[in-house]
Amino acid sequence: MAYMIQGKPVLAGQAEGEVLFSREPISFWGGYDCQTGEIIDRRHPLSGSNAGGKVLALPSARGSSSTPAVLLEALRIGTAPAAILTSGTDPFFALASIVADEMYAITMPVVALAPGDFDKLRTGDLARIGVDGRIDIQRP
Amino acid sequence: MKLTHNDRAVLRGDSGAAARMAMTILVRMAEVYGAGELLDISAAHIDSTIYIGEANLEFAERLASQGARVAVPTTLNVSGLDEEHWKEWPVPEDWAEKALRHMKAYERMGCIPTWTCAPYQTEMKPHFGQQIAWGESNAIVYANSVIGARTERYPDLLDICCAITGRAPAVGLHLTENRAGDLLVHLHDIPAALQKADAFYPVLGHWVGKAAQNRIPVIEGVSLKPSEDQLKALGAGAASSGATALFHMVGVTPEAPTLEAAFQGREPSEIITVGLDDLRTARRELSTAEGESLDMVVVGCPHLSFSEFKDLAHLIEGKHRHPKVAFLVTTNRGVRERAQGAGYLSALESFGGKVAVDTCILAAPMLPPAIRTIMTNSAKYAYYAPGMVRKKVIYGSLEDCVNSALRGSVTMDDDLWHT
Repeated sequence: MAYMIQGKPVLAGQAEGEVLFSREPISFWGGYDCQTGEIIDRRHPLSGSNAGGKVLALPSARGSSSTPAVLLEALRIGTAPAAILTSGTDPFFALASIVADEMYAITMPVVALAPGDFDKLRTGDLARIGVDGRIDIQRP
Repeated sequence: MKLTHNDRAVLRGDSGAAARMAMTILVRMAEVYGAGELLDISAAHIDSTIYIGEANLEFAERLASQGARVAVPTTLNVSGLDEEHWKEWPVPEDWAEKALRHMKAYERMGCIPTWTCAPYQTEMKPHFGQQIAWGESNAIVYANSVIGARTERYPDLLDICCAITGRAPAVGLHLTENRAGDLLVHLHDIPAALQKADAFYPVLGHWVGKAAQNRIPVIEGVSLKPSEDQLKALGAGAASSGATALFHMVGVTPEAPTLEAAFQGREPSEIITVGLDDLRTARRELSTAEGESLDMVVVGCPHLSFSEFKDLAHLIEGKHRHPKVAFLVTTNRGVRERAQGAGYLSALESFGGKVAVDTCILAAPMLPPAIRTIMTNSAKYAYYAPGMVRKKVIYGSLEDCVNSALRGSVTMDDDLWHT
């Protein structure tokens, strides 16, 4: 199955990768190991999964205000997701990507999706993200 | 977006490279937030103070070395390091060196070295209606809800950009119309004795945060006026399990003299009733350890206040902990000094307890591997510790914590939860 959804590029860029999807928001502080890319919030459904290089689809960031700091470090090290898709606009993920752009010229696309489009995503989908926020999905 | 003449000058670099970088990030973020303009703030609280990695250190040092100065009175959140006591713990030397550099970078920018996650319990407490840019989830929810100051959830990295420019995006909780309640949480049949107990509030906070997620909850049905410290524990719990940045409590918090005022005359989007059963479940959820085995007790998350120190001192006076169970209090240098003057610190020392100041034992790599199970009276600590420091946790009241430390194994008084 293949289809296309149109999102709003919060931070525009190109990326592709396997989707890691959850309906549970996450705090990267205490929830993401920036040395490895592993999700370590033991109360989160994706606990134990590695999000490095994946297209991480989460409704939003939650809780701690240190999420951007952890994500920025992951971007520097190279353990960050390839892109982040959210349900509606999430400023925390966008901030890490903006600062990484300003400091290191690293671009990690962050795309805001309509809740209905977000809900259609599944772990294991292959997503290709365009600079205009267009996302081509292939479900193997 | 509408920028003032001065905003544009800063963006051009007229105030130097650091201010330009801060304003660039701020303006790009204001666009993400959908702000039409920026507004003036008169205080900031910086959460980016914990050394998390090279990138954040580089960010802070770049700003500091390019001459950044904060434009408004700016307090600092917990640091990565207890400057005085870190050598008593297995903190790696190279990590400590970087954490110190990180601290110094923020001090060089003119921030006030408060080093606390509870800045609302210092002299720098904001006032009702004040526009501020605060980081640290528990501080944000307290400032908005209990004080009625106005801040969005400022993340790390952006908080310092607001402090340097004295500006913030004019969106969200800065604006009156966005501060109305969404969700009505009605307390049903919660015994007054439980409502009086400190241990009730972290559990209620944990439950409310999960139920509300990113909505503004209005809590109705509290039969007494909770203390500042109880509201602090509630907020910290809700900001951990959910994204709560503002709650109202009818008849208690300043923007909720009545139910109508809390909702600004609108209808709740949802009404949820919470009963004793729900809270018992929430309380159980906060513990990940089973059995009686215990290695350490931690209290002071968020940082222990002077009045909490007093309560603790009364419970431990003349007693000594079991040799198998370590007892740690986390607070800031200001509270420690006052506690020393009042004799509470010596009560803690005689008990066999330790104090870590200015830091956070969720973020500082100070706990030895032999510590496997930790007991705490904090919903926030209980929420984060399993993932962050990879320890098992048990949530209990302050009395439970002290009694367990005395006995050398977990003991809980469940009576209040079973009436």
